[in-house]
Amino acid sequence: MSEGLVEAIVARHDFNEHALIAVLQEIQRRRNWLPPPDLDEVARLLRVAPSRVFGIASFYKAFSLVPRGRHVVQVCTGTACHVRNAQQILDRLSRELRIDPGGTTPDLRFTLERVRCLGCCSIAPVARVGENTHGRLTQHRAATLLKKYR
Amino acid sequence: MRITEYEHLEGLARAGLQSLRPERTRIAVGTASCGAATGGREVLQAVRQDIEELGLDIDLRETGCIGFCQVEPVLEVRRPGEPRVLFHNVDARKARQIIHTLVTGRMPVEYALCWIPLDGERPTWQLPRYDQLPFYAKQQKIVLRNCGLIDPESLAEYAAGGGYRALWRALTEMSPDEVIAEVERAGLRGRGGAGFPTARKWRLCRLAAGEEKFVVCNADEGDPGAYMDRAVLEGDPHSVLEGMAIGAYAIGASEGYIYVRDEYPLAILKLERAIADAGAAGLLGRSIFGRPFNFNVYLARGGGAFVCGEETSLLQSIEGKMGEPNQRPPFPAQKGLWDKPTNVNNVETWANVPEVVGRGSTWFAGIGTGGSKGTKVFSLVGKIQNTGLVEVPMGITLREIVFDIGGGVLGGKKFKAVQTGGPSGGCIPEKFLDLPVDFDELSRTGSIMGSGGMIVMDEGTCMVDVARYFLDFLKEESCGKCVPCREGIDRMLEILARICNGEGRTEDLVLLEEFATTTKDFSLCGLGGTAPNPVLTTLQYFRDEYEAHIRERRCPAAVCRALVKYSIQYERCNDCGACLKLCPTGAIVGYDKRPHYFHADKCIKCGACLELCKPGAITVA
Repeated sequence: MSEGLVEAIVARHDFNEHALIAVLQEIQRRRNWLPPPDLDEVARLLRVAPSRVFGIASFYKAFSLVPRGRHVVQVCTGTACHVRNAQQILDRLSRELRIDPGGTTPDLRFTLERVRCLGCCSIAPVARVGENTHGRLTQHRAATLLKKYR
Repeated sequence: MRITEYEHLEGLARAGLQSLRPERTRIAVGTASCGAATGGREVLQAVRQDIEELGLDIDLRETGCIGFCQVEPVLEVRRPGEPRVLFHNVDARKARQIIHTLVTGRMPVEYALCWIPLDGERPTWQLPRYDQLPFYAKQQKIVLRNCGLIDPESLAEYAAGGGYRALWRALTEMSPDEVIAEVERAGLRGRGGAGFPTARKWRLCRLAAGEEKFVVCNADEGDPGAYMDRAVLEGDPHSVLEGMAIGAYAIGASEGYIYVRDEYPLAILKLERAIADAGAAGLLGRSIFGRPFNFNVYLARGGGAFVCGEETSLLQSIEGKMGEPNQRPPFPAQKGLWDKPTNVNNVETWANVPEVVGRGSTWFAGIGTGGSKGTKVFSLVGKIQNTGLVEVPMGITLREIVFDIGGGVLGGKKFKAVQTGGPSGGCIPEKFLDLPVDFDELSRTGSIMGSGGMIVMDEGTCMVDVARYFLDFLKEESCGKCVPCREGIDRMLEILARICNGEGRTEDLVLLEEFATTTKDFSLCGLGGTAPNPVLTTLQYFRDEYEAHIRERRCPAAVCRALVKYSIQYERCNDCGACLKLCPTGAIVGYDKRPHYFHADKCIKCGACLELCKPGAITVA
């Protein structure tokens, strides 16, 4: 991948350590995950301890320390979705993709995640694939949905 | 153009009125997150294509959430001299039919839900007025005043509804202390959960020593089941910016931060646009309205951690650290962001501020109950007929919200409870349905108002499973800093999982109560301090369900997988074969046109067969 990516991002934030989270967010947006060498580089450029960078990267759920699939499938398990059978939808997708929640398919096409509330509670149950949110799901519709992204 | 005179503001408002009451037809499609997720973008695309193909002179806009999410996607038509007409459950095909009928000059009322008055025009067609619909009849919109009405990307349309006039009033006619006094007289309390008096918070921060101060908008709407903040940010971002500017003036701050959840990408886009537009118009930045008041707003994007909704954690996160809470005191008002005095309010509170200052405290204090003034937005979701965002005056009863506005429980089932306050709240049973809803009354039931999630549960919801669900949520979200929260939640979850699995012991309930009390009393921040609420309220009001799980190894709501069995009611089965094809494990055997049989040992209880069984022949018990 592009050399100098991390440096360019850090420079855009004026090498300011307060922007650590924003920097990691931008790296993840470009790389889809946070490769360890990038974390070291961020620590070096921002002049903070590598442990702090790793701490942030592991504390916040939005960050991934392992490669993720091209399509991130997020099944909402907020309360409204939960009482409308979100767990069954998550289980179904887990079976369809043959991975546990949190896992990534070997071909790096899909990552399945469980998230807590996407804020679309009125059309529960809900799942998001990449940037597209889909509401009023049934198990059947959720499984069919995946085909569009295969 | 920079706005420095009142006439400029009036000019902007006139421009906004012209686009809101246009001389040509205007169509707006709801494309907030919930609208988009139900096909709003496809509708928008179809309308755009038709307008181009037919060469129509139509002003096409996007708008936010109008609240009635049950009928999304929605499309609104306004023609000169006529009221607004709202179309519901629109898809691309229906949108085309609407356009093609409009071309003939007729209003296709057969697809419409209601009409909404604009300037006192009367409709010439037969259609209910919006407030004749039960869903809207008891609502009163203050916070959601512009959502779904204006184009959120238009500063002029926000100004048309009186936008930024409250800021003008504050900066030109009032001293900072007078602003705080006005908010105090209005009785505004924080809408983020705890209901702390807003004016008192502001005054503490104003009086705190220090030159540099901050205002922060908490838009880390983490409570599952609540989404009003997202709707406001996506549908009316300027209302939050104006509120923050007024607050900053009152407190003496010149910088503000909005901390937005990572899960709300659209809200971030709308805010970026609004901040840029307000900055270009001189409504943010240096010498606002030519007065000696500077105020800049920055966005901080969250990292997906629930605990960051707690204010001290949130401030840590803005500083680029792990979102771990700090002991209070010192409160952020004394020592907040970068150790400077900081005032944190949530989105809904900030959105109330321009109305409080603009329309005056007397008006605002005239709405609501003795201790809770104004309105509250609730997200009415779960097993309810009409889902959506409802804004009601404080003091309305739960029954009115659930049965009058919400239309009752989905599918005619029996009401069991309504869950409020997210993971910090509790489950309120039927006997409290006539309780007036305000900060103080709700806490009397053991629950809290919280940020306004209202998840309706019916007889098919297992309350033990709900308690387990919330603890599972909190176990993941507990930051781990203090022992009572980290270990207490874990142990309670262990016990609840055991009960749901049919392995509960008689002493479990006593043990649960003991853990709950300890966690409640000794946790460092609000997350742990309120974590046991879902357990305590379900234990208090639904103890019989716990006992059924433990003593009879039975889940009365037929939810807990280990305790239920699927079976086929042969007399109802119409032998359609749908379940045969769906069953992932081959647990259902049979042939088309012959009754099906069930292999209980192969069944993984996934529920796939339930979804497509039309005659309802598959039962779970």
